[in-house]
Amino acid sequence: MLTKRIIPCLDVKDRRVVKGTNFVNLKDAGDAVELAYRYYMEGADELIFLDITATEEKRNALIELVRDVGKVIRIPFTVGGGITSVDDIEVLLNAGADKVSLNSAIVKNPHLIEEASKKFGSQAIVAAIDVKLVNGIKQVFIKGGKEETDLVGLEWCRKVVELGAGEILLTSMDNDGTKNGFDNDFLRLVVNSVAIPVIASGGAGSKEHFLDSFSIANVDACLAASLFHYGEINIGELKKYLSKNNIVVRI
Amino acid sequence: MISVIDYGAGNIQSILNALDDLNVEYKVTGNEQVIYNSDKIIFPGVGEASFAMRKLHLSNLSTMLRVTKKPLLGICLGMQLLSEKSEEGDTCCLGIIPADCLKYNAANVKVPHMGWNKVSLIKGNILFDGIENETHFYFANSFYIPVCDYTIATTDYDIKFTSALQKDNFYGVQFHPEKSGEPGIKLLKNFIEKC
Repeated sequence: MLTKRIIPCLDVKDRRVVKGTNFVNLKDAGDAVELAYRYYMEGADELIFLDITATEEKRNALIELVRDVGKVIRIPFTVGGGITSVDDIEVLLNAGADKVSLNSAIVKNPHLIEEASKKFGSQAIVAAIDVKLVNGIKQVFIKGGKEETDLVGLEWCRKVVELGAGEILLTSMDNDGTKNGFDNDFLRLVVNSVAIPVIASGGAGSKEHFLDSFSIANVDACLAASLFHYGEINIGELKKYLSKNNIVVRI
Repeated sequence: MISVIDYGAGNIQSILNALDDLNVEYKVTGNEQVIYNSDKIIFPGVGEASFAMRKLHLSNLSTMLRVTKKPLLGICLGMQLLSEKSEEGDTCCLGIIPADCLKYNAANVKVPHMGWNKVSLIKGNILFDGIENETHFYFANSFYIPVCDYTIATTDYDIKFTSALQKDNFYGVQFHPEKSGEPGIKLLKNFIEKC
């Protein structure tokens, strides 16, 4: 049986890990490679790096980071931020990343998912979807949550699966940074509507929140950032807690 | 010296990183002569089967791989290509292991099979020396080889499938040892030092 996964997310700016609330007010949380190694040793199942300042000039710095991370951890990792083409993806995968996370680019050009999953396999393509409640509807946002689109969350989730995405990273912008728990109602709806793994993101504040999302929404993985960065929850302890509560995890 | 076969099918940097951990001498190559002169062969593969087989034929490596007596470790798609044929792209593979590679039934389970899953050892094998039974390894596959005469370890995902196999000098693992933490590194070390 596949285990449920715990995934620390590292938002990276100039090789430093930063974290804000509702996508703003960034605080420094340490060196990206050092933090990656700490999470590997604590028993993280996977890591995600999101370059939040990804621009053309920074592209090489991100490739360097992928190389350096690959030298110190022996678990899979995903990288995202500003990826717009199959060529971008190829460079990052060749540098040692296992998967890429695509967000704004696939809203503008959905065929990027198709092209990329054909070339690199679905397992390498993560569709990152940020949703926020607008007039009672979970609307899709892009550009780090700054720009609203006319896409409806659930429909967009179904569409990315159809196009060949291997996994959905679903972030609730309403919950992100609140520490009030994951958006389990919407997550459950998505989990029941798609046949690929779903990663819950946004809102983790306690061990119970992870347990809830695994047991109520039946997500495949839970992601958190600041909780882990600032040592509020140790990943090893979190996994022991989940295991005691009958969630199958790798310990 | 270990040859890591580079035939343009998927990224191999992670395997090289793991080999660096083990401090072994290796060459990344698609050259028949270099492979012929090496002690052991690592045969990786990420991507699509028919594309990978075409690349192998184009680099004149398929015959050499079939007849080699050197210890060879196929990883993920590299293991699947040891089979007779794969449902992926209806591909004729190397035919070293008398079994076919099938697709998971998406009506029953999520495809790809992605994440950490338990590996149950059904035959003692030096590849798993010092690795506990039921250890978790990292998988990312949509196709699988069913349990066959050469299966040495199995994993459950909808059905019980071959997660590791061995026939003579040919070894294969469906999971990614280079992405499976310490136990994965141990397995690679076993292959390099003991197989």
